[in-house]
Amino acid sequence: MEFYRSHVLVCAGTGCTSSDSQLVRRELLKQLAEKGLDKEIKVVETGCFGFCNLGPIMVVYPEGTFYCQVKTQDVNEIVEEHFIKGRPVQRLLYHEPDKETRTLEFDNIEFFRHQKRVALANCGHINPEVIEEYIARDGYFALAKVLHEMTPQEVIDVIKKSGLRGRGGGGFPTGVKWEFASKSQGDQKYVVCNADEGDPGAFMDRSVLEGDPHAVLEAMAIAGYAIGANQGYIYVRAEYPIAVERLQTAIKQARELGLLGKNIFSKGFDFDIDIRLGAGAFVCGEETALLTSIEGRRGEPRPRPPFPAVAGLWGKPTIINNVETFANVPPIIRNGWEWFASMGTEKSKGTKVFALAGKINNTGLIEVPMGTTLRTIIYDIGGGIPKGKKFKAAQTGGPSGGCIPAELLDIEIDYDNLTAIGSMMGSGGLIVMDEDNCMVDIARFFLEFTQDESCGKCPPCRIGTKRMLEILTKITEGKGTPEDLTNLETLAKTIKNASLCGLGQTAPNPVLSTLRYFRHEYEAHIYDKKCPAGVCQALLTYKILAEKCRGCGLCARNCPTNAISGKVKEPYVIDVEKCIKCGACLEKCKFAAVIKE
Amino acid sequence: MRSLEELKAIKEKAEKTISVRENTGASTITVAMGTCGISNGAREVLTAVIEELNTRGLANIHVTQTGCPGLCHKEPIVTVTVPGKNPYMYGKVTPENVKKIIVQHIVNNQPVTEWLVNLEE
Repeated sequence: MEFYRSHVLVCAGTGCTSSDSQLVRRELLKQLAEKGLDKEIKVVETGCFGFCNLGPIMVVYPEGTFYCQVKTQDVNEIVEEHFIKGRPVQRLLYHEPDKETRTLEFDNIEFFRHQKRVALANCGHINPEVIEEYIARDGYFALAKVLHEMTPQEVIDVIKKSGLRGRGGGGFPTGVKWEFASKSQGDQKYVVCNADEGDPGAFMDRSVLEGDPHAVLEAMAIAGYAIGANQGYIYVRAEYPIAVERLQTAIKQARELGLLGKNIFSKGFDFDIDIRLGAGAFVCGEETALLTSIEGRRGEPRPRPPFPAVAGLWGKPTIINNVETFANVPPIIRNGWEWFASMGTEKSKGTKVFALAGKINNTGLIEVPMGTTLRTIIYDIGGGIPKGKKFKAAQTGGPSGGCIPAELLDIEIDYDNLTAIGSMMGSGGLIVMDEDNCMVDIARFFLEFTQDESCGKCPPCRIGTKRMLEILTKITEGKGTPEDLTNLETLAKTIKNASLCGLGQTAPNPVLSTLRYFRHEYEAHIYDKKCPAGVCQALLTYKILAEKCRGCGLCARNCPTNAISGKVKEPYVIDVEKCIKCGACLEKCKFAAVIKE
Repeated sequence: MRSLEELKAIKEKAEKTISVRENTGASTITVAMGTCGISNGAREVLTAVIEELNTRGLANIHVTQTGCPGLCHKEPIVTVTVPGKNPYMYGKVTPENVKKIIVQHIVNNQPVTEWLVNLEE
């Protein structure tokens, strides 16, 4: 056991890896070796810290100094200044969006201060490829506890009493699901982890798998003990190569230590896990389609009941839980259901991970207690909207979700409140929109996604979403009629009621919720032929303000269709007939004389 | 995995490695690494600190650096902070007496008075 005076944690999640954290790490290792510091300072690869827009992230312990956007050319300064002279490199420290000062310690950064990490507790703290680091943070002690001290029914009771609900979106009580499966008769049962994260903007499952894969393995083994299963499958999409690799490493290490396999803890309990790769079809995240896909067939949903807990994989009782749901299980077992139930709201216990994206300063991954307000998430943790723009809406729940308007910023986020306002928790994607986003266009974007990803098995989803998309496109092109709104609503209701699976049933949600809170934007498109946010190209006209135009002619030179004419030093004019609304003139004008309306 | 004891043993061993990252009220050994400190041999002192902690398998002790505390004539300076107590500052530390400081102060909780720069308790 080597003692190191300092540990440098370099994020090796997908976000930071794509901004070259691996190059930074290699450069750091090289320079530490050159300076003879490699026996003093240990470089550790970790999972996602959550602060993805500031990657690559580096945290130096014991001080907890938080460096962001570290490039390979910064490594030399960090080694010389911080590691040799003990002086943190000020310019690489985190800078709060609206403050002058830079923050030295990780724990003092606003982004982290309001968070409560349960599912993400180990992400960014341990090396996910070293099982001992997981064990050092009490890993596999929950499995040891259930095998030594608890009956399967006691495990189920603890999960039930904790109030844990499915984090994949449905919000079904996890303990109740386990109980169904445990009571189902069958010579063989299965535990399946749904890691087919497909919502646009959501990446919490990927981060847990990359940053703390053992938590999922441990939870699956616990679930296996609770329901009487000895085989687990993790269904993960092939687009998550780092997650797949870390899972493979984790499974291998757990098998080597005998934490998976035969006779675990000499208690006569066998459990093993295999990985199944998905090809990244959105519908395969739906549980019955996922099971069909594992069985080797085309991933299409089937009607429920029978529920998987009764007849799942190969007709055997099966529980399917999402990655984040599983990640909550070991801490609940270790700390007790009372601890978990003390966090959150009356009907939604614990914490929830959200992926913040869109028009927000701090893009990334956060975990907060259920019941935290949207305002806290957006302004305190997210650091507000960039460029001083106005908040318009937050889209939650991915393509199945809806929009939360500004007047509901103080809503306490939990399963039931979100459903009550026509949105949903979903997997936890949270996309922030400002005044420059057109809500009709947003609805069209999500419909395009579901239409594209519809598996086509049932007509309401296959044909219905197609028709809805056509109407939405028509409206954004300025060809909408008042009947279109009625037709949209009728279609939405029919698709909701008649679709086979949850994806079809929720596909109209983005349209319904934008119609509910932003109907005036639809009406502006239809009656006034205007796009208030200035997004829908067909409804915009570009104009040159004569009083601001200096007659430099830059716009005319950049216009691809020669739609702009004029004399030097006199105001130029755009010919609306020739204009293709590409926006090149607006972008080039140095005097803000070009406007779109 | 055959028993809980086996898992506990792995945990104990691994905890020591990651203790640097945990804020568990650990004792801290701070080596002053200003220009004056480095030219007086602070680097060697720092290396000796790490070696000694390593040989003794002492966990939950943080080793950090700082700049010049202003007592250049006393360099190399090493400060030992035990949680809940005033920091003790040692002056003119050599790689040899660092070992004694660790044994006496950290392990046996008895500051080595003869090399102390500050004496206020």
